[in-house]
Amino acid sequence: MLAAKIAEVLNEPGCATNRAKSAKDRKKGCTKQLQPGAAAGGCAFDGAKIALQPIADAAHLVHGPIACEGNSWGSRNTGSSGPTLYRRGFTTDLDETDVVMGAERKLLAAVGEIVAKHRPPAVFVYATCVTSLIGEDLAAICKAACARYGLPVIPVEAPGFAGSKNLGNKLAGQALLDHVIGTVEPERTTPYDVNIIGEYNVAGELWQVKPLLERLGMRVLASISGDGRYRDVAASHRARAALLVCSRAMLNLARRMEERWGIPFLEGSFYGISDTSDALRGLARLLVERGAPPELLIRTEAVVAEEEARAWSRLTPFRERLAGKKVLLYTGGVKSWSVVSALQEMGMEVVGTSVRKSTEGDLARIHALMGEDAHTFDSLPGMKMYALLKEAKADILLAGGRSQFVALKAKVPFLDVNQERHHGYAGYEGMVALVREIDRAISSPVFREVRRPAPWEESYLAEALSPPGGERAPSPSPSSSKGP
Amino acid sequence: MASVVRSKKSCAVDPLKTSQTIGAALAFLGIDRCLPMLHGSQGCTSFGLVLFVRHFRETIPMQTTAMSEVNAILGGEENVEKGLLTLMEKANPDVIGLCSTALTETSGADLGKIVRDFLQAHPDFPAAVVPVVVPDFAGALPDGWATAVTRMIEDLVAPAEQGGAGRELGCPAEPRARWINLLPGSHLTPAEVEALADLARAFGLEPIVLPDLSGSLDGHVPEAFLPHTLGGTPTAAIRDMASSVLTIAVGEHMRGPAQALATRSGVPFEVLESATGLAATDRLVGLLSRISGNPVPSRLRRERARLQDAMLDAHFFTGGRRVAIGADPDLLFALASTLSDVGCEIAAAVTTTSSPVLERVPADEVVVGDLEDLEERARGCDLLVTHSHGRAASERLGVPLLRAGIPSFDRLGSPQAVWVGYAGTATLLFEVANAFLAAGEAHAPGEHCRSQGGTARAAEISG
Repeated sequence: MLAAKIAEVLNEPGCATNRAKSAKDRKKGCTKQLQPGAAAGGCAFDGAKIALQPIADAAHLVHGPIACEGNSWGSRNTGSSGPTLYRRGFTTDLDETDVVMGAERKLLAAVGEIVAKHRPPAVFVYATCVTSLIGEDLAAICKAACARYGLPVIPVEAPGFAGSKNLGNKLAGQALLDHVIGTVEPERTTPYDVNIIGEYNVAGELWQVKPLLERLGMRVLASISGDGRYRDVAASHRARAALLVCSRAMLNLARRMEERWGIPFLEGSFYGISDTSDALRGLARLLVERGAPPELLIRTEAVVAEEEARAWSRLTPFRERLAGKKVLLYTGGVKSWSVVSALQEMGMEVVGTSVRKSTEGDLARIHALMGEDAHTFDSLPGMKMYALLKEAKADILLAGGRSQFVALKAKVPFLDVNQERHHGYAGYEGMVALVREIDRAISSPVFREVRRPAPWEESYLAEALSPPGGERAPSPSPSSSKGP
Repeated sequence: MASVVRSKKSCAVDPLKTSQTIGAALAFLGIDRCLPMLHGSQGCTSFGLVLFVRHFRETIPMQTTAMSEVNAILGGEENVEKGLLTLMEKANPDVIGLCSTALTETSGADLGKIVRDFLQAHPDFPAAVVPVVVPDFAGALPDGWATAVTRMIEDLVAPAEQGGAGRELGCPAEPRARWINLLPGSHLTPAEVEALADLARAFGLEPIVLPDLSGSLDGHVPEAFLPHTLGGTPTAAIRDMASSVLTIAVGEHMRGPAQALATRSGVPFEVLESATGLAATDRLVGLLSRISGNPVPSRLRRERARLQDAMLDAHFFTGGRRVAIGADPDLLFALASTLSDVGCEIAAAVTTTSSPVLERVPADEVVVGDLEDLEERARGCDLLVTHSHGRAASERLGVPLLRAGIPSFDRLGSPQAVWVGYAGTATLLFEVANAFLAAGEAHAPGEHCRSQGGTARAAEISG
């Protein structure tokens, strides 16, 4: 059952890498074999939770031992403009007896408790390694719960040991296709209805993008799943077009929605100025092709021109401060090239970038931007990264939270651009925010302070003995805390 | 005193508990040049790792055997072997702490046998491999921590006959007569571990601390960056623990490890149920003075007098206040008894796992449950004390939150907080009293929200 689901989500004709493979390789799937003792990153369950938990009014119930929810809940910085139920941690917290005797009744009762207390529009139930291993029939229990309590109870069969986080994203998409999308009709539709797929509203990034779409006159019928609502997702099959933001995560969902309901989609990114403009233009074109009035295109061009001009004028003051600074980028997928191009616009030098989650298309764009001999790497172990930073090969590291302390221990500025980030970097506003944060990090006086020699070191004594005045060049203009 | 009840719900809501598997991993992070590896799917490790990174704000060395569904069904020996060899090649640690998970225990893997077979096949394997059976479906973080420490003792401490057979208690000329073992519980912060070790040193004693998070996760910029722990208990020191005159375990959950050490080495032990509060600190100080034969240093006498003063100052603001606490058993006990000593009423007590100490918590009832249980019982309380996940309940109830325990991800410096010893207890009391003061000030000026508020204001004027 699980094997069949995995095979289904991995058979992805919409993916160029997959198409290029032999039939045999395709069967193996796109997830790399994980290496014991040298693996990093989340499991499939983690991926499924990341993809679905942003549906803010639903309850998300983890059927498993305490580790799966107890160790991880509340760690994803995804925002809601209303309901907060998704923030609560629900788990069956299996004990030894449950594992031995089975916990299907407990699960059924757990759904009942959630329904009685919170009356959510739906409950998502997540399988875990243990419940899969002991053969809990999640689909059957969810069906029974649905009948008993009269609300949708959706089985999400992405146990951790199925594979990587990315596979979990895909399995989550499959759960939406199998059980959610198309089960509700929207109250009304317009020719301007779009779906945003694969944007999880981390650090409120959806809110940097949504106003742009609204300015163009578009209506976000459903966000899948950042700041999402269950009924919107369930009615998302009536959208006229879709924008797929993170192609690696939910390509299967977008493509199958196109197959099943004829919703054309566009792969786009809201990281970087020109990418944002391209995404807006592309989405407008799709809507017009599906019958929206053509003046949408003109309106789009006007908004793009205005927003771009505004963003560049706000970025200009930073160019002087940041030109020539060296950046080491350690992130994945679309973020690699879209951020590279934005930083290059600032006159910064990208001394290296990771390509670990990048598709062939991402890779080609990286090489186009940075040249064929670009310093790219698949993975960079902490020790090597530390050495690179320590040798002052970069002025700042842009990476995920895991690498933060590598940079800080090397006394090098760091900016979080992944899941746990606190600032949104999407859209025009987001790029200004990113550059402002880079500037703030690079020009922070703290690095000068912590690099000072200790009073017992020779270099300190030398400095202390040198004649007063002129021992240190005056520091550059103080960093502006507000930014231009 | 307290009756201990288990939450009867099928669905835990807003877990208070973290798993014992990562408790075991955390214990290994207190050994020098060590690397814990969880035998499970990679999520088992990544969730624990992210939790600790957010709490300690440190890089956390922790690996995984990256089990797949097929590996799990086949037993996973191959993953353990590959994992151990890879760790050796890439990280070269002295000790590898191999912790099982719910996944591998459910699939029936025999971790001990896997490791024995591995070491037979690789007799020259340079690192010590310590296997620990800690499925996530039983216990909570302190249980895993204690099990791991017990296993370290069984595998790494040289038995008494090989360990120099010190323990010449009556012979002060023998330097080992000054050695003691200190087994801190998982509820102590790195800075608290250091404070307790310093306390022992103040009496001329030389403590071997196991595990010693104060060397590894105290938050410092090291001179190098390596893929295993930098700092913590050196394996050579663990080996010598049989030579100490006494083992002091802090927290009831450390009784098992202390007992294991006594069994292996004959070192007698004392279990302190807490190191927070005046009476608990007196007991520790008295013990240290007795075994060292040294009088209590004047500095400590002064600290005790300061704590007395702090308690007297604080009691105006803490008296009659209703406090709700959610924490692992030993932390719950330490906080509840200290706060009830200054007049607080422990109106709600929720914990994560069973322990003999729970009956002694000064509350009518202790619930083994979750944050929802705590929230229901905390209505009308003046202070909520639990880890950072309590912030949502705190907002909903309109009750201030004092963060205690792991994880504390929305405040800085919690690994460096000290609530043990005379000075540390005073710090705790100031924080609690200040929380009440701040909550009082948040009300409209002149409004006497409770009778204690009135007393508080009078005290301020006269003080």
